[in-house]
Amino acid sequence: MAQLISRLRVWRGAVLLLAGLYFLIPMAASVWFSIDDANGISFDAYTGLLSAPGFTDSLVLTLELAAVTVVVLLLLLVPAMIAVRLGAPKLRPVLEVVCTLPLVVPPVALTAGLIGVLRWGPDYLMDTPFFQTFVFIQQPEFPLVLVIAYVLMALPLAYRALDSGLRAVDVRTLVEAARNCGASWPRAVVSVILPNLRGALLNASFLTLALVLGEFTTASILGFQPFAVWIYSVGNSQGQMSVAVSVLSLLITWVLLLLLAAAGRERRHKTTTAS
Amino acid sequence: MSTATVAPTTSATVEFRSLRRQFGTTTALDGLDLTVEPGELLALLGPSGCGKTTALRILAGFETHDSGEVLVDGEDITRIPAHKRDAGMVFQSYSLFPHLTAADNVAFGLRMRGVAKAERRRRAQELLELVGLPQRAEHYPHQMSGGQQQRIALARALALQPRVLLLDEPLSALDAKVRLSLREEIRRLQQELGITTLFVTHDQEEALSMADRVAVLRAGRLEQCATPSELYSRPATAFVAEFVGTMSRIPCSRTADGQVEVLGRRHAVDGALPADGELHVLVRPENVELAPAADGPAQVIAASFLGAVTRLTVRLPDGTEIKSDLPTEAASALPLGTHATLTLPTRPVLVDRAPTA
Repeated sequence: MAQLISRLRVWRGAVLLLAGLYFLIPMAASVWFSIDDANGISFDAYTGLLSAPGFTDSLVLTLELAAVTVVVLLLLLVPAMIAVRLGAPKLRPVLEVVCTLPLVVPPVALTAGLIGVLRWGPDYLMDTPFFQTFVFIQQPEFPLVLVIAYVLMALPLAYRALDSGLRAVDVRTLVEAARNCGASWPRAVVSVILPNLRGALLNASFLTLALVLGEFTTASILGFQPFAVWIYSVGNSQGQMSVAVSVLSLLITWVLLLLLAAAGRERRHKTTTAS
Repeated sequence: MSTATVAPTTSATVEFRSLRRQFGTTTALDGLDLTVEPGELLALLGPSGCGKTTALRILAGFETHDSGEVLVDGEDITRIPAHKRDAGMVFQSYSLFPHLTAADNVAFGLRMRGVAKAERRRRAQELLELVGLPQRAEHYPHQMSGGQQQRIALARALALQPRVLLLDEPLSALDAKVRLSLREEIRRLQQELGITTLFVTHDQEEALSMADRVAVLRAGRLEQCATPSELYSRPATAFVAEFVGTMSRIPCSRTADGQVEVLGRRHAVDGALPADGELHVLVRPENVELAPAADGPAQVIAASFLGAVTRLTVRLPDGTEIKSDLPTEAASALPLGTHATLTLPTRPVLVDRAPTA
């Protein structure tokens, strides 16, 4: 028995090592490439980032797109999921299918569909609000059309995160208890359900953020330049800088993930030390 | 629990009038008529699906009814939303808000009413003392036992000094010992505050020990509403008789003068005698007397020790099994396999049609 356990430990260690190498070697190579210089080690690729043309604009645009996407997605999904859970539980599978559907639509197909819709519009409609809306959502300063696309793409991820959060909470009883204590429907949801979905909301937000930070296909085909597209364009002319940006965006993602984990841990810590 | 300084509530009269509720093809309430008097604890008792929880939820405002009326102090509350109904409720499942401490849970309703923070804290502390858990004020629900959570839920339900207290099987998730102590505490608290209370349970022992009156429901209709002792000793129907307490069924035959003959003796009938079909007499174990007799018709086939009494099961030659509660000392004279004579009470007996196989 002891021999079996020690053999299992060796296997576990080996798998962990291999998995670690699989992830770490490309990262280490990227970091090395970004700082390697003919004269030794140089951080020019990193220090030059801020002054690189388009860096700030594309990063700000991406963060704005991510923030708006997260807000729109949560405003759409959370009330819908709670309403279905409370009022029409039989519709849950329908909602699940609808929200999971974008998973099977490749971004290229989605973008092709979007282009088809956006390009449609006969001349006689040019002065109508309908046509102007099409123009408005394609402004390069803030392309709302990307938000629409990202909301669709992030729908399955956010749905899964929120669904697992809602499964852990007895939504009906908590809402009824809150209403029994004098809370109206909206107050019951805001005061009781949302605080208990904190982890799920953070998860959904993080996954959406990660998706928007790394999304390339749709933005590129539609001709906008958020961060991922900018990295690609920089890569064509300044290879070292594009890898430095990639490493940096990976670090940003990690930091966000750690913040999320820390937020969850802080809550657990708070609740367990209260005794 | 302590007798704290929480002000007694203004208790109300609750009336259900011809209440009907249908869920698809299932009838949950089929014309329920029931009145709960001010300050009374009325238990709604019945098997699963009898409509007792539906009635409670309609009163709380979580369900709607198809027809009929729900009146509180004579006012029809049908159109009043749940959050304005002035009815505190304790749920079957643990319903404390997981992200709030015990004190914040208790003060939640006060916060919804816009009561100042200092006042909220003071009132919450009072209520926690009332339910005997002042030291748990800063604990979160997951740090408390089931019994403690239900006590906090009770304090929360009482925080707004409601006119009616609704208890939806609040003890069913607790272990036997905690259940016993908590039901005594709930009863004491209800009497101290004098609050009209509707208590849903499927546990007859719980209903009989706590309630002023017990309403037995069956298939959405009221079978009988009476004090626990009346319900037990004078059940209105065979269903009530068998649902409340233990009953044995003994085949009998009708006599020409409207009585029944059972085990060779004539008995007057309590209530109506069914017009046709095979008949059974219903008798409680404590009303069946056994005496050892070598040529007696009954044979002891099982014995269960219940403390001061022992419940013996005897079998008659025709296979009928009858339960009899005897003082444990007397029961020791009737070990398994021995024969005995069997005597039924002389007072009128409850008769029912024999159930169809």
